[in-house]
Amino acid sequence: MNRSALWRSFRLATWLGWQIESNWTDPFLFAIYSIIKPITGAAILVIMYGVITQGRFEDPMFPYLYLGNAFYIYVGSIMTGVSWAVIDDREHYRTLKYVYVAPIHIPLYLLGRGVARFLTGSIAVVITIAAGVLFLSVPLDFSAIQWGLFLPTLLFGVFMLTMMGLLLAGLTLIMARHEFIIGEVTASALYIFSGAAFPLEVLPPWLRPIGFAMPTTYWLELLRRSLVSDVAQAFPTLSILSNAQLLSILIGLGVLFAALGALIFWFCDRLARERGLIDITTHY
Amino acid sequence: MQKHESSSSTTHVTHKDSGWRLFLRTVIARAYPRLIGQQREPSWLIFEVVMPIGTTIAYVLVYKALRAPEEYIGFVVMGGAMTAFWMNVLWSMASQLYWEKETGNLALYIIAPNPKMAVLLGMALGGMAATSLRALIVILIGSLLFDVTYRVTDFMQLFAVFLLTMVALYGMGMMLASAFLLFGREAWNLVSLAQEPIFLVSGFFFPLKALPFWVGIIASIVPVTLGMDAMRQLVFPSAFPFGFLDVRTEIAVLAGLAVVFLVSAKWLLDYVERLAVREGRLTESRR
Repeated sequence: MNRSALWRSFRLATWLGWQIESNWTDPFLFAIYSIIKPITGAAILVIMYGVITQGRFEDPMFPYLYLGNAFYIYVGSIMTGVSWAVIDDREHYRTLKYVYVAPIHIPLYLLGRGVARFLTGSIAVVITIAAGVLFLSVPLDFSAIQWGLFLPTLLFGVFMLTMMGLLLAGLTLIMARHEFIIGEVTASALYIFSGAAFPLEVLPPWLRPIGFAMPTTYWLELLRRSLVSDVAQAFPTLSILSNAQLLSILIGLGVLFAALGALIFWFCDRLARERGLIDITTHY
Repeated sequence: MQKHESSSSTTHVTHKDSGWRLFLRTVIARAYPRLIGQQREPSWLIFEVVMPIGTTIAYVLVYKALRAPEEYIGFVVMGGAMTAFWMNVLWSMASQLYWEKETGNLALYIIAPNPKMAVLLGMALGGMAATSLRALIVILIGSLLFDVTYRVTDFMQLFAVFLLTMVALYGMGMMLASAFLLFGREAWNLVSLAQEPIFLVSGFFFPLKALPFWVGIIASIVPVTLGMDAMRQLVFPSAFPFGFLDVRTEIAVLAGLAVVFLVSAKWLLDYVERLAVREGRLTESRR
């Protein structure tokens, strides 16, 4: 498939994904819908924290918890966005079979369909962080942000999550009935093991290695450090590692997971074609 | 199979149920797939338990990281169990008739002689029973994992609170099921929107009293808000200082909500049925 076809697959899937996500209502209601879920999710944590600490939001523990939770919005939205496209097209619109026979690059099509949720997720992340800075004393100093660390980390994380979404999309292709919640269950499990809102020390010792094997653990830590440099002191989990060491581990694990995502998708896609599962409907 | 079909088609129907018999049989028939059918897909059980227990574990660990008092761990475990009910009401009650429309079954519901209220009641009873099992598993796992201890101060009140909460909650689900039929594609998004915001304002993972009083009052429209607050007070005696309202008051409000939601469900269902007859567009799928 030539380069223009690849680009066309991605571009049109992005446009289609955005239309499906947004045109069920007017733009104002859609904007509210897109931000209210993550904001209220963050607010639950803020209230939990406030109740226990009597509102000590200036403690370094708070930005650790708040920023980790804010960036975790990407995990759910990107992974679910990519994998959900399979269910939406196969079960709801019943068009996946047509997409498969069209001259479209399937993985790029699915990645394009996930872009809409990435965009709404980005808006939610920005608003969540802005609310933290404005109302909850999250110490974010724009002049002190390590942009050289923040932007590459963020972009690499988005790529890594997209590939993990592709992995879930592959599994969704060969699953029936309960594939709905595979994205949410995976995101929910990763939340526990990624140290998003609490340090890995809180986990029982036998579960901690799972957390250390997850690239999201290092991704969130690097994002926190690049925005608020002294946040690493809040919990000692990864404090012995320098930024360069964290980045190396993140890249290593991220590439591994991305490769795994591509491989599993390729395998499941082949299996789904062989078993005739592309046009299966399991009563979504 | 063909033989069976042909023999059944020649069988004369000698008896037709009507009145309360038809109502009862419809309730049982609609509850059946929820009770039995769902148990035939064990993977659903895993996923439906994994979802609430995953959130529960995460919030318990947040409290542990913050070195919160032990009662809070129990609050979260109970909140996690109640999550299962709220999710069931949203996805399997409120949006159920919308699903039926999308899959083409709604027209059959409308033309069938069965009372529609019995269909909704069957859905509610089946869902309630099946979800109780899931909620129980969440409580068991959560309690064992985090060593939560319960000390019930009044079993009668606890039973009354749980029962009234369920009646009011599923009554709300029955009402929403009719209301959501009037929506198109936005139904899915509206249901999705009713998750995290309700978890927040209903105090699923922290005492309701932590919210401003008027937020708590408004959130009390959702029956699980007061139901959970009352149950927390009754099974964790040390939670009385965290109680939003007195347990007796909460019981009275829950009873009122149950009546209001059931009556509203009946009224809305009749309205939707009239609309179906008048416009003939209710079963139209707008994807």
